[in-house]
Amino acid sequence: MPLLDFIIEPLQYSFMFKALIVSTVVGITCAILSCFLILKGWSLLGDAISHAVLPGVVLAYMLGIPFGLGAFTFAMIAVILIGFIKSNSKIKEDAVMGIVFTTLFALGLMLISKIVSSVDLTHVLFGEVLGISTESAWYTVSILALVSAIVLIFQRVFMIFAFDPAHAQSVGLPITFIHYAFLVLLAITITGSIQTVGIILVIAMLITPGSTAFLLTKRFPVMLQIAVAISVLSSIVGTYASYYFDVATGGTIVFTQGIIFLLVFSYQKAFSPN
Amino acid sequence: MQTPSILLKNVSVSYGKTKALFDTSIEIPYHTFTGVIGMNGAGKSTLFKVIMGLIKPDQGEVIVCGDDTKTAQKHGHVAYVPQTELVDWDFPISVYKVVMMGRLGSQNILKTITSVDDKYVIDALTQVNMLDFKDKQIGELSGGQKKRVFVARALAQGADILLLDEPFAGLDATSERSLIDLLVSLKEKGKTIILATHDLLSLPETCDNVALIRYTVVAHGPTKEVFTKELVSKTFDGLLHNIKFD
Repeated sequence: MPLLDFIIEPLQYSFMFKALIVSTVVGITCAILSCFLILKGWSLLGDAISHAVLPGVVLAYMLGIPFGLGAFTFAMIAVILIGFIKSNSKIKEDAVMGIVFTTLFALGLMLISKIVSSVDLTHVLFGEVLGISTESAWYTVSILALVSAIVLIFQRVFMIFAFDPAHAQSVGLPITFIHYAFLVLLAITITGSIQTVGIILVIAMLITPGSTAFLLTKRFPVMLQIAVAISVLSSIVGTYASYYFDVATGGTIVFTQGIIFLLVFSYQKAFSPN
Repeated sequence: MQTPSILLKNVSVSYGKTKALFDTSIEIPYHTFTGVIGMNGAGKSTLFKVIMGLIKPDQGEVIVCGDDTKTAQKHGHVAYVPQTELVDWDFPISVYKVVMMGRLGSQNILKTITSVDDKYVIDALTQVNMLDFKDKQIGELSGGQKKRVFVARALAQGADILLLDEPFAGLDATSERSLIDLLVSLKEKGKTIILATHDLLSLPETCDNVALIRYTVVAHGPTKEVFTKELVSKTFDGLLHNIKFD
């Protein structure tokens, strides 16, 4: 098949066109956040939030409200709970995150076992971007484009927050506000990404592109560009693979990102002087 | 009589049930070089955090350059040079961008860099002899060079007071001497230098004043009066080795 036909054929179907656009926007937003997340050392927090949204999704399903609203609510509950327990006990943060997210995820599984069919469960856990409605696609693209724009506009603030929060605070930056603003943006991104890659795999989108880019550069703006490029490429590969090979879109996107990471890592081990 | 650069009155700080500082009072004059000495965990870093306004004391008053800590933050009176182990040296950031962080308090909400900011940063890097390294990633520098970059950040900030937390840790003798010379020259240009350390060897010849800390100020004053075997021994639980006292 000629290359042009290979590219154009899937896009004749509106569901494929929507899936490609949504996957790409999800990839761009997750890639941008991933750069901050891994430099801040918050990868586990992203994992915690993504698992903790499950009961919110199920409750939203039960109540007939947008699942994004339920997911976002539980993302914020998780963030507040983690912060509260950490501040008021001697338990270390990683253990607190582990307790909070597994408890909320378990609650979600309990609710699912009572009310939702196994097909819906699979979609929530692993994503199903090919079945996204036009309305949901618009919602996802708009909200994630907004998140990307906010993070890029304030990228210097978030970068300083990641590198030296003590200095930022000592010159009067509202560090607590920046901390929670970033968490809200992270929660929105996770919520918006669920339909594409699902609760289980969204964390990969939030770690792998930034980590791969981190191996390749010592400049933050370049790191952002590389992470976005890797993520977009993976989203395109994932969407096309799901069309031509009938494999899961989310799984293929994340798998592609993982392979790119391994290739970069191997290249570095083989050829880098350090 | 001139107000002190830093004035702490009966300051107490606790983390949960653990008291980190209690009833601490100290006055640090402008344009002096003060060594804050104490064992690890004796409250030196807590003292710095209180001065920077990063933590609020349970009780007591903190005045920095005549302002409360909130106002002092807005004016950028105090700059902090962090401990080496608290910095992520792999962070993808250049020397220039680190020093540019000193300009944060003077920039708009988006932290847009202006030509004025650029001039401050170049001047600061020139003062610490690090201009040639401005495009290097921060982790590519030697230990002494890294400290100089953070001192440059303090200069770009226009801070009157420089707090340095364990600045000599991990430095070889040459780098340590070079850093001390830089700090002394900054003091002579009008800065107030305060450094926390548990390394006693280099202090007597460098510091105008010494503050001995052990959960409170054990003693504070001119080095010759305070850096005595009796007071230092009290501060360090008698664990003194190879220290010469006048």
